[in-house]
Amino acid sequence: MHIIIESKSLNKGFYGIFILMFFLSCTGETEQKIDQPDWQLAWSDDFNGAKGVQLDKTKWTYDIGRGQGGWGNQELQYYTDRPENVSMDGEGNLVITAIKENYQGAQYTSARFKTQGIFDQQYGKFEARIKTPYGQGLWPAFWMLGSNITQVNWPQCGEIDIMELRGQAPTIAECALHGPGYSGANSITGKNILTNSRYDDKFHVFAVVWDESKIDFYIDNYLYRRIEKSEVEKKGQWVYDHPFFLLFNVAVGGNFLGSPNTSTPFPQQMVIDYVKVYKG
Amino acid sequence: MNTTLLKPLNKAIILMLSFIFIFSCQNDDNDLQEAQFSNNPFVFTDNFIGLGSDFYFPYGGSKFTSFSVDKSEGYNSNASIRIDVPNSDDLNGAYAGGIFRIDGPGRNLTEYNALTFWVKASQGVNIGEFGFGEDFGLNKYITTIPNVSVGTSWSKVIIPIPDASKLLQERGVFRYAAGTQGTGGSGYILWIDEIKFEKLGTIAHPKGTIAFGNNITETSFIGVNSDIEGMQFIVNMPNAINLQVNASPYYFNFKSSDPAVATVSENGIITTIGSGTSVITASLGSIETTGSVTIKSLGSFSPAPIPNLPPEKVISIFSDTYTNVPVNYYNGYWAPWQTTVSNDFSVQGNNLLNYNLFNFVGIEFTSPTINATMMTHIHLDVYIPGPIAPGRQLRVIVVDFGNDKAFNGGDDTRHSTTFTAPKLVSGNWVSIDIPFSSMTGLVSRTNLAQIILEGGDGSSMYVDNIYFYKL
Repeated sequence: MHIIIESKSLNKGFYGIFILMFFLSCTGETEQKIDQPDWQLAWSDDFNGAKGVQLDKTKWTYDIGRGQGGWGNQELQYYTDRPENVSMDGEGNLVITAIKENYQGAQYTSARFKTQGIFDQQYGKFEARIKTPYGQGLWPAFWMLGSNITQVNWPQCGEIDIMELRGQAPTIAECALHGPGYSGANSITGKNILTNSRYDDKFHVFAVVWDESKIDFYIDNYLYRRIEKSEVEKKGQWVYDHPFFLLFNVAVGGNFLGSPNTSTPFPQQMVIDYVKVYKG
Repeated sequence: MNTTLLKPLNKAIILMLSFIFIFSCQNDDNDLQEAQFSNNPFVFTDNFIGLGSDFYFPYGGSKFTSFSVDKSEGYNSNASIRIDVPNSDDLNGAYAGGIFRIDGPGRNLTEYNALTFWVKASQGVNIGEFGFGEDFGLNKYITTIPNVSVGTSWSKVIIPIPDASKLLQERGVFRYAAGTQGTGGSGYILWIDEIKFEKLGTIAHPKGTIAFGNNITETSFIGVNSDIEGMQFIVNMPNAINLQVNASPYYFNFKSSDPAVATVSENGIITTIGSGTSVITASLGSIETTGSVTIKSLGSFSPAPIPNLPPEKVISIFSDTYTNVPVNYYNGYWAPWQTTVSNDFSVQGNNLLNYNLFNFVGIEFTSPTINATMMTHIHLDVYIPGPIAPGRQLRVIVVDFGNDKAFNGGDDTRHSTTFTAPKLVSGNWVSIDIPFSSMTGLVSRTNLAQIILEGGDGSSMYVDNIYFYKL
């Protein structure tokens, strides 16, 4: 959707204007030209397992249970590592399934997995191709935490939310930074609103490009939010000069978006085609 | 030479640009006339678009003058459709409703997936029905969303199209029905604007069902016609809530796994034509629907013996031979213990009561009650297609409501007569005749009001020819 016009001849110029008008008139988006390093793939998972196969334990580890205070957000689900909550679909994707069921005192089950203690990286490009769940109270996320969380705690470790959304608003994807002086409801955020499509019925590529001076948030190669170090430092401390690890999860309920209700269709799935991490 | 050539070329390019610019986002009337059936998406913007002159047809019983065009209200404009919903006691019509039908050839709507419009009301209210696809002809593609909440500020309503590929020349572009059930009978004003067909990317996850998504089995016979229940179209709306749309059966494409056993018409009527088993499934455009109906056909159906008593000796409750007296119901769905559901059918014009999941069922006739003092017997024919388990009973209970002609009141009397094997048989008609003289519990038969059948084991039973008679 984002056309870069580089041709110089008159004819091609006309053609370019013509295409530009076409897209501008319908999407309201402008074209972007952002210089990018020559990215080198550093780590990835394509989730190309057979149906029902679980995560590669050399790459991932699970969070299990209900967490302290519903993982700090009054979330309602119990996270498991059962295949019914997290496994390959046999079509090249990893699926997290949120189920409405009574389990270990919780009303819902789901899954959360991460690379903590296995893989982390400082700076670079982190992206995943995802189709989100939908419905009131579904809270999918693709995010990162500072690996020093075990020493300095949250939010001093820093948190980069590459994608999160409220299932009741399937056209609005959000990003956020949480750190000292700007965490929880006071985080630094951005959002990208689709005017005539949704995040839950097609795959979209969510990415963050992070260096020592800024953190850029992309959806489908479109930069929708740039957070400069200077913007962070107006609210608190820049804590993004150490390695971060990756997390994926689907929460159910919680103070970010409210509980599911009778209108929420269950089960719900977050489908992840791949995750790739690049070094610049 | 170059300059003279260049100027027209530039103009041509600019023309082409603006042409394509318009095309990319909306349709242009000039182009639409070239197509055999217009794909113009607009029904009403600030006026009616391409509907011709004679396009509004109110429903019978509605107030015909409810509809007008308001030249002072509109959504981002100053014109809208205005519906003055009448008070429920309005002698000119107790509600507002009608269709907007193109006066001329229909439209090709295959490129859209929803009808949308903006609406507000003079008070918060639930509107009974909004939809499209009704043309007062076959109404083949009638599509409706019921109970639409409308507030006092403009909001957008989306009616998803179940399968737009069917809408090749649709004339029924809008319909509505609005009453005062939710307002205590008080009328109100409804404004509607920007009615148009759209291709929305914000509605998703369409699903279809037949039999409400269940896999059900029906016993059937050659010549039986039965409806498919529970045809639904469900779409997830931009707020991530599923909307259930009432979709015409004509949107569904039905398939019979064995067309020599059963066929399905395009409006969803199953006709059993042979012995054996056939599974009926459906699709909705490119969507596979969930649910199925398995027809287990037992072959030819032998009807119950045709009664041969003269009509003056009969008071008929249910038969095709005699004129039936008024009957309140043939299945009272008595809560909470009754499991019996009715799935009545006809074989070559012969109507049958079909009780499925039968445990007990009540038939009631109180308008008026029946004075059977001149009659001597009750008759009914029953057919149990499944096996008769040991100890299986059928109890026939005749109830008289007494002088108060009402249930209870201390004067009701009844008698229950029990039948078992070998009188009860499987797969053949059983004719039951009980003389009143043997119904010792029935003190009077001047106000007969109910016949209750009991003793079912949850399987099916057909009943025909229920009547009182004089020997």
